[in-house]
Amino acid sequence: MAHLYLIAQIAGRAVAIDSNQVESVVDIGEVTAIPRAAEHVRGLAALRSRVVTVVDTQSALGLESSGEARRAVITHIDGHHYALLVDALEDVAPFDLLPLAGGFALDSAWRNAGRGIVERDGEPILAIDLASLVPGHAVAAE
Amino acid sequence: MDDLLQEFIAETRETLEALSGEIVAWESSPDDKSRLDAIFRFVHTVKGSCGFLDLPRLGRLSHAAEDVLAQARSGDRFPDRAMVNAVLAIVDRIGELVEAIDSGTSLDDSGDELLIAALAEGAEEVAQTNVPGIQRAASRSVRLNVELLDRMMSGMSDMVLARNELARRLRQGEIEPAVEAALERLSLTVGEMRDTVTRTRMQKIDALFSALPRMVRDTAAGLGKSVSLHIDGADVELDREMIEVMRDPLVHIIRNAIDHGIEGPADRRQAGKRENGRLIVSARQSGNQIIIEIADDGRGIDVERLIKKLSASGARNERDLRALSERQKLDLVFEPGLSSKDEVTDVSGRGVGMDVVKSSIEQIGGRVELDNAPGKGLRLAIHVPLTLSIISAIVVGVGKQRFAVSRQAIEEIVTERGEAIRIDTIGGAQVVTVRDRRLPMIDLGSLLGVPRTQSETGQMLAIVSVSDGSYALSVDTVLDNEELVIKPASPAVMSTGLYAGQTLPDSGLPMLLLDCAGMAHAAHLDFTRNAGHAYDEVEAEEVAKGLPALLFCDLDGVRRAVPLGIVDRVEQVDAQSVRHTGGQLRIAIEGRILPLVAQGDYDETKRLNVLRLKDGESEVAYVIDEAMDIVVLPEEIVPARAPGPVAGVVLLDGEQVELLDAYWVFGEYAGNEGEGAQPICLLADDADGWMTSFVRPLLEGAGYRVVTELDTGERASVVLSGDAEVEAAKGLAAPLVRLRRRKTAKPGDDSIYRYDRAGLLSALEDRIAANGGR
Repeated sequence: MAHLYLIAQIAGRAVAIDSNQVESVVDIGEVTAIPRAAEHVRGLAALRSRVVTVVDTQSALGLESSGEARRAVITHIDGHHYALLVDALEDVAPFDLLPLAGGFALDSAWRNAGRGIVERDGEPILAIDLASLVPGHAVAAE
Repeated sequence: MDDLLQEFIAETRETLEALSGEIVAWESSPDDKSRLDAIFRFVHTVKGSCGFLDLPRLGRLSHAAEDVLAQARSGDRFPDRAMVNAVLAIVDRIGELVEAIDSGTSLDDSGDELLIAALAEGAEEVAQTNVPGIQRAASRSVRLNVELLDRMMSGMSDMVLARNELARRLRQGEIEPAVEAALERLSLTVGEMRDTVTRTRMQKIDALFSALPRMVRDTAAGLGKSVSLHIDGADVELDREMIEVMRDPLVHIIRNAIDHGIEGPADRRQAGKRENGRLIVSARQSGNQIIIEIADDGRGIDVERLIKKLSASGARNERDLRALSERQKLDLVFEPGLSSKDEVTDVSGRGVGMDVVKSSIEQIGGRVELDNAPGKGLRLAIHVPLTLSIISAIVVGVGKQRFAVSRQAIEEIVTERGEAIRIDTIGGAQVVTVRDRRLPMIDLGSLLGVPRTQSETGQMLAIVSVSDGSYALSVDTVLDNEELVIKPASPAVMSTGLYAGQTLPDSGLPMLLLDCAGMAHAAHLDFTRNAGHAYDEVEAEEVAKGLPALLFCDLDGVRRAVPLGIVDRVEQVDAQSVRHTGGQLRIAIEGRILPLVAQGDYDETKRLNVLRLKDGESEVAYVIDEAMDIVVLPEEIVPARAPGPVAGVVLLDGEQVELLDAYWVFGEYAGNEGEGAQPICLLADDADGWMTSFVRPLLEGAGYRVVTELDTGERASVVLSGDAEVEAAKGLAAPLVRLRRRKTAKPGDDSIYRYDRAGLLSALEDRIAANGGR
């Protein structure tokens, strides 16, 4: 069954994010750092009266942090709002989620996040679960 | 009690509504366990509430239903159709009764016994009766979801932020008075709204206390004790959420008090106490915190036994424990895994120790204090912040970052370079000595890994108290004092253990609230272990560099400082004792008259704060508004432009403070009442008494002691004589000053015209000086 997915760029790779997990897409302003927090927690940012925890998605996936991403996908997990930084947003379109076929050797972080594959014009795109990228929830998400 | 009743009605009504589905479902499948449980819980709750609300009819009905349902749950009885019907009839009756209570109408109770009888096994099925609908009373209160309140709160802070933004934008350009006024009104309304919205989250602490009488009675009865409970301050308001958090700790503490604290009647008689134990639970608001006190007149905490128990369990070394201070020994009650009673009872011996109580209270930013009187009782005070959501916080800066610290946790703030502050490094740990207290220090910058900025004024030290002890938190700057709306932070933030929440101050930039206890933990401060040695010693104070001075607020509102050395004391005097006499203000103090300096108007009806300044000989009183602090004067003093009461200006904590010119004050005001080593002026040949009556006051005003005859052993510093060469003056080893009657002097005459005030005084001074001293 086709479902709406948001296609974003993270670390130069296209990923598909279930639109149910996406509350909004914003550009993040100034970020207040959180000393001693996990490395991929960039800090806190204000979205109007709401304070969101900004997650450096790239480093959460075990990649080098580019540190430049400003655009973020806002998601709501367990009563808290998170902003997951993405390089760019490409598209919102309905796709069919296909299972991750065996034999794909994904990196560990990608494997944790990966939920399946969607196919865009013949190009396979990894569908990821945002909750698995958020520290403190990563364990809970399977 | 009315509130309680209302709450009971609302709750029962709500549960009944929710339960209606369950009831129907249960009817169709009577052996469904989960439905059975839901209905059982309902009648059980109703029964419990009826007990202390004094609703015997409801109590009887629910009790009967509960019994039958309990049998069904344990499998002793199969829930057949007859039983289901009977129970449902009772549930219906409960609903009707509740409505009747609410609307104040009465309901015929003739059917009750029938309903109860119908519950018995093998009884006839009850016919479903339909009582004509009872008018539902319009309710004056509504029950709201906390989430809705939270949304209201966040909407409120949105509004505050929008207002700030608007104000900022408007102020950038020319602003019309009409717009300004409108903005002002908006600000006011928003402020009021914020207060109101905050209040919606508050609830009377009565909600917490109302269940206590019943609980105390039951608990005491179960233990064969008799306890009278006294509740005070049930009107105090507390955050609703906090009331929920407090519930279990409070119950635990009270059970503890009855079980462990209050002795059995026989023991009490033996100890000379009344058989009835007394338990006092009170709540009061003090500043921005609520203090809940639980006091009993039991045996108190047996510290000896605590130590024995802890050392016996092998958790702690007995010698270490004995070395602790009394306070720390007492705090051992909060050690995990400790039951201060030897045998476990079903009342409090449930593996929930005081450590759990303490940690749950600390979770909401509170702390627990103990006041133990062995043999006489224990008083336990729980301090909790007034509201979880809005706290008064101090904003501190480290490097480029800002953090909030709950004001409640901060005892005082001192500068690193302040007087009586020294920082030492002991075995790699930094230790601050503030006056006679030695505290561990946490450098916030290095704890958080934030690079510090080098500041000119030195670091600021916030003395933070957590329930275990205190420590000094070293920060770069102390910026502000703000009311902040604190919200919980995400797990990613909380997992650091350093933060208590997040907030969005008016600046629009998120800020973290530091968790004072968490920081102590992260810095591995262990108060219980080393405290006994570190704190209780009082070490000789290091002499501070720089001149200590008293900072005060003067009558004219200016902050001034005066060197501490000349301040004899600060005291309060009646303004009535101040009079304008003899050309200046004077004050009568301790039977003496002191010159009084006042740099501004004072309220004559009030008591005045007076500094008594002493330069060793003379004394001057100086009226101030209030004394503020003791500071150390920096070396750099910018001198004043002209001589006067102000010697110069110094910079204290970035603020300009005038330094009082003690020299000028004494020069101007003191002098006429000195004592001790004053120069003696001998009046020789004062036959006509002119000198005694005319010159003497002048001389005394100038600080001389005037005599007409020398006591044995006394030596005059100077002799004053009349026109003639007097025999009496001769032979005295003192310089002589002669006074002449005529204005003009003959050539070679060194005498002084007797009305030449200045000439006379300077001549006296010159002669004394020439003679080499006094």
